[in-house]
Amino acid sequence: MSEGIKKFMFVNTKAPYGTVYALESLEVVLISAAFDQSVSLVFCDDGIFQIANNQNTEASGMKNFSPAYKALGDYDINKIYVETESLEERGLTLDNIMALTYEDEDDDWAEKSSIIPITRAELADLMDEQDVVISS
Amino acid sequence: MKFTLLINEGPYQHQASDTAYQFAKAALEKGHEIYRVFFYNDGVNNATRLAIPPQDDRNITENWATLAKEHELDMVVCIAAAQRRGMLDADEAGRQGKDADNIHPAFRISGLGQLVEGGIQADRLLTFGD
Repeated sequence: MSEGIKKFMFVNTKAPYGTVYALESLEVVLISAAFDQSVSLVFCDDGIFQIANNQNTEASGMKNFSPAYKALGDYDINKIYVETESLEERGLTLDNIMALTYEDEDDDWAEKSSIIPITRAELADLMDEQDVVISS
Repeated sequence: MKFTLLINEGPYQHQASDTAYQFAKAALEKGHEIYRVFFYNDGVNNATRLAIPPQDDRNITENWATLAKEHELDMVVCIAAAQRRGMLDADEAGRQGKDADNIHPAFRISGLGQLVEGGIQADRLLTFGD
């Protein structure tokens, strides 16, 4: 385990409004940015609905917190993995996912996508490399 | 080994807190260290001092409080999650203008940074919940 910086991975597996897990997971993610660790997010299973485009919660009376994901890039959180099998199983493609971006300070602040498609098998390997995995 | 425990589910509704408690007890008996126990999501409800479980059942909050006293455990309740659910200590109740408080003195209220710091300091962070 490397000294100082740890790899934190937040795995989001649940739809955004049926339970509070998505909202409260996002709150931990935003706080973690202040600790100068290596932070990545995963959206898989129904968790991919958390970053689906065009969310409208008006009829349900819930707070639409999805715009907050767009701020992740400003917090230097720019490794956002979307599991491709989860998309396919739900009839979705990357076109249905919010355009989450960051500005790359090593490339003249060019705007780049934070979304990284990943297969289930690749994700298993990536999880194996983490120091801390928090899933909900 | 040094552990931080994350408990995400409420008492009695879910086994998460019981399992975490049994784990903590067993780990401490084996000479391991519990760096912190962090209560999040509905897990914050484990810190209520007002629960009255039936006498022939376990008292989850008191179990945690007793273990914490024996081993000087740092038991932290997330303030944001606690406020949402009406879990307040006396200080917070005063600050928010509420007429009651319900957090057991064995627990302390603090921010989510304590969870992240717990993950950094411990050798393993274990999540108990769904």
